[in-house]
Order: sequence, then structure tokens, then C-alpha cells
Amino acid sequence: MSQTLNLTLKVWRQEGPDADGSFETYKAKNIPDDASFLEMLDVVNEDLIDNGRTPIEFPHDCREGICGTCGVMINGRAHGQEKGTATCQLHMRKFSDGDTIVIEPWRAAAFPVVKDLVVDRSPLDKIIEAGGYVTAPTGTAADANDTRIPKEAADSSMDAAACIGCGACVAACPNSAAQLFTSAKLWHLNSLPQGQPERYKRTEAMVETMEQFFGACTNHGECYEACPKEITLDFIGYMNRDYIKSKVKNRKLAGQQS
Amino acid sequence: MNKRKAVNLTSTVSPQKSGHKPLRETKKELPFPLNLYQSAVGKKWVMAITGLMLVGFVIGHMVGNLKMYLGVLEHDGSAAYDMDIYAEFLRNLLVPILPEGVFLWILRGGLLTAVILHIHSFYSLTRLNIASGRSYESKQDWLASNFASRSMRYSGIIVLAYIIFHILDLTVGATSDEFVHGAVQSNVVNSLSNPVIAGFYIVANILLCVHIFHGIFSVFQSLGVNNPNINRMKRGIATAVSGLILVGNVSFPVAILAGAVEYNECDPKLSVAEQVEENCVNSSGHDSDSDDDSHSESEGY
Ligand code: HEM
Ligand code: FES
Repeated sequence: MSQTLNLTLKVWRQEGPDADGSFETYKAKNIPDDASFLEMLDVVNEDLIDNGRTPIEFPHDCREGICGTCGVMINGRAHGQEKGTATCQLHMRKFSDGDTIVIEPWRAAAFPVVKDLVVDRSPLDKIIEAGGYVTAPTGTAADANDTRIPKEAADSSMDAAACIGCGACVAACPNSAAQLFTSAKLWHLNSLPQGQPERYKRTEAMVETMEQFFGACTNHGECYEACPKEITLDFIGYMNRDYIKSKVKNRKLAGQQS
Repeated sequence: MNKRKAVNLTSTVSPQKSGHKPLRETKKELPFPLNLYQSAVGKKWVMAITGLMLVGFVIGHMVGNLKMYLGVLEHDGSAAYDMDIYAEFLRNLLVPILPEGVFLWILRGGLLTAVILHIHSFYSLTRLNIASGRSYESKQDWLASNFASRSMRYSGIIVLAYIIFHILDLTVGATSDEFVHGAVQSNVVNSLSNPVIAGFYIVANILLCVHIFHGIFSVFQSLGVNNPNINRMKRGIATAVSGLILVGNVSFPVAILAGAVEYNECDPKLSVAEQVEENCVNSSGHDSDSDDDSHSESEGY
């Protein structure tokens, strides 16, 4: 049986990037406990609109944990208290009647607030852009099973590819480092035969772009706890290894890529 | 039917300028291997390697200090503190390939370089991290980080202050009139019999071990050593090494305050003959009648 909850929300409201923000308190009444967190915000927004007030701007799109658009700090935790779920997959039954919920946008120098809970995460796109292309054969498409890949490598690559780029790792990191994101994107390709030709060039470029925007890892491990896809910290180790290799072997200059 | 008042539902904000512009530009690349130190990942390697060198030194230093428990031994026909014999041994490392004291200075040079690089990489990465962060207005709930990992910069700074004091106190002898170069055992006991110095020593060593705990845990990942067999043992290795150093180092001031370390009650400036005359048995060691000053600079306890 579904029940309803009455909650107190403390939500960060900020008019625009240069405006000062502050927490506003709202009552969320009669929230069905099978609503998702975002649906709860929808209900609150309906109410605000009915009263002629500006609704809370929050990031969302797919609402099924695959696009990486949603993401806010909920009671001091990125994506809330449930492990391995995005904000859109967090259900109100995980809260109790009468709870106070504090909602704040991601914070990092590279993620300026656009409005309320929405931040600009485009530096993550810059890192992806820096990764460039993978060399692919031209002509007719090769058979998918032409390239043999060990099961372990395929699994590892798939684990890395699960990253939805939501930025929770940066948001949870005391240093605002983007190591987990960048290393997942790198390992996605670096672990596969198709990713080998540009492996070291890609590693160098993506790490250096990352460092233009984000802090440096000090191995706290908060990113892993926050990650809705439970991307493993191991990828950060692989990235550290590949980055030094890319420098030591200076493959770029020698014209040999792998 | 629609009682809703008109509200502007669209965001009034145009895309951000600051988000697209790097917070910092990449500098012109220096030749290998200097280019490693231009990136944060490379700096972290330097921090990890120099950190490991320092951990190696701290372990060696602790083991060396255990000699203070052995008290007086026979050495070259006369009685001497084992500690002082050890200090002399350090000065005589690689003699006669190198003149006395030279290899010790080479080791010190290496350590000093490691300390400088460790602190410089710490300084520049910490500045980077402070510049990259924005603190939350609400309380952040930590799940994985711990006291050690969050206090690295503070434990590091206190350890640095301690290292400087320690060198002035027991290597240079700047903090006490009773200090005698080469008389290591009595210098250590004189210094650590002071409860204030002993207290500082204990606090600093606890912080050092807190620092080393996260340091060792961190070092594998920083160096890209990632393997399930090792990952499983990381926490254990960090606990064991930092625990060992903690027990060893904290035992010294405790034992000295408890009077459990043998030491010379005489003024160490007295010659052996004078000491015998004053009936305070243990001499501080080496043949004090030789008047070459080769023992005059002594450390290495
Ligand atoms: C005997 C003295 C010291 C030892 C044995 C030592 C050891 C270590 C080790 C092994 C690491 C791990 C490197 C890594 O993360 O990969 C480390 C990290 C670090 N050290 Fe030290 N260190 C010492 C002194 C200092 C001093 C004097 C400072 C600062 C003034 C300092 C600041 C740091 C910082 C900030 C880190 C980064 C830790 C992190 O990743 O969160 N250390 N140290
Ligand atoms: S809205 Fe797409 S992941 Fe949450």
C-alpha cells in the first residue's frame, strides 16, 4: 500500500550565475511514497506555480538513470543516500514522514550554478572532446566478431562504459577532482583492441584537459561512494599508469602510438 | 479552468561563459622528464615516490633509535653507549672509499631533496585543489574518506614543524647548552626528559603515523599499482607500517620519562677521567682524549 509523506525541504535557490543564492524552506505535502525524488520536486513545483511563484529549476531528462542529467546533493550526499542510484532513481519510500531534506546543487569551481539546482557541467564535455577519435577501418563494416577480445577485457570496458557523466564524482570529491569520470572514459577505450592506436595520445590529452578544470585526486574514495553506476576506483590507478607511460615513452613524438 | 497565474517557466539564463573556459591554461611543455612535474598526475607520482623514501628513512631511523635501549657496551676496549657507536658507524659509512661523513651527507642530501619535492608537490597540488573547489553550504556527509585522508595537509605541516625542531634540537644542538656533538645518548635523554619536548614529540609522531597511514594507502593508486591481490592488502599494509612506526617512536619519550633508558648523569662535557673522578660511571663513549674534531658533527641516531 502506498502511503503519503509530508516533508520539509530546504532548497538552494539562485536566480542566475552571478546572483547570490540561499536556502528556501518549502513544505512538500502528500507526497506518494512511490514517487521518485524528481516527481516529488514536480509536485512541489506544481504547488509553487499554482501560487504564482517561480518553480525550482532542477536538472533532469531520462528519469531512468541512463542520461546523467539529474544530480543534486541530498542531505550532503551526491544523488542521496542510496548507493548505486541516480537522483531520478531515488524513491520517496526511502524517506520517512516528517523528514527535512536539504537539497543543494553540485559545487565545484568548474561547475558554476546556472540557476537553482542546475549547474553547467560542460567541462566534462571538454574532456571527452580532448579524447578525439578511434581509428576505424574504412570500407564495408567488419564483422563484429572479427576482433577477438578477452571476456575480462570486454567486461572491464563495459564497467567503465557504464559512466553516465553525471558529475557526482566531482561533486562528492573534497578536491573537486574529475579522476573517476576521466579514468572511466579512458578505460572504456584503453582496455579494448579498438582503443589501442590512440591509447597514449588520448590519455595524455584527456588528463591534461581534466587538469585545466578540476582538482587533483588524494585518494579519499568519496567518488566511488557517490557514483550511481558504481564505477570502480581501479580505473584511476590505470589512468595514473597510462599517463606516466604516455610521457615516458613519448609516443607522440616518435610517431608510434601504442 | 486554468487558475494558474502566468509564470516564466523557461530559464532566463544564457549558457555559462565560465564553464567553457579552462580555469587554468596548460603551460608550454618542458622536455622529459621535467614535463612529468607539470601535471598533477605526475606531481602525485613525485609525491608518492618521495613519500616512500621518507617512510623508508623513518623506519630506519626508528630501528636505529632502538639502540638506546641497549645502554652501554664494550667498544674498542672502552665502554660506550651503543647509540653513540651507531652514530659513529653512520659517519663512517663507506669509509675508506669516501672520507668520513661524506656518505652521510650524500644520504642527507637525498633526504632533503625528497622533503623539498614532497612539500613542493604538496603545496602546488593543494593550491590546485583549493582553487578547484567550492564548499557546500549544507553539511557534506563523508562516506569513504577518513580523518587521516582529510587531515593530510595539516598533519603534514605539523610534521614539517616537528622535523625542523627535531634537527635543531638533536642534530644541531641549538636548543640546549648541555648538547655535546657525538654524545647522542645523553643528548636524547636530556632533551626528552623535558615533558614539554616529550609531549610535542609524542603528538608529532602520532600525526606522522596518521599521515603515513593514508600515505601508504594512497601510494599504490598514485603509482598506478592496481591489482586485486594488492588492493585487498592495502589497508592492512598501511595499518601495519604506521602502527609499527607509532609503537617504536612513541616508546622512546615514554621510556625516557619513565627512567627506563640508561644514561649518563655526568655533565657530558667532562672528560672520562673527570667522570670517573666524579663517580658517575658511564662515559659517553669515544676516546675523548683524542683532540681531532672528527666527532664534532654527529647525528644519525
Ligand atoms: C617524514 C615525513 C613524511 C613522510 C614519511 C611522508 C609520507 C607520505 C606518503 C607516503 C605519502 C603518499 C603519497 C601519495 O599519496 O601517493 C604522502 C602524501 C602526502 N604528504 Fe607526506 N610525508 C611526510 C612529510 C610531509 C610533510 C612535511 C608534508 C607537508 C608539509 C606532507 C604533505 C603530504 C600531503 C598533503 C600528501 C598527500 C596525501 C593525499 O594523497 O591525500 N608530507 N606523504
Ligand atoms: S534523469 Fe537521466 S539519469 Fe537521472
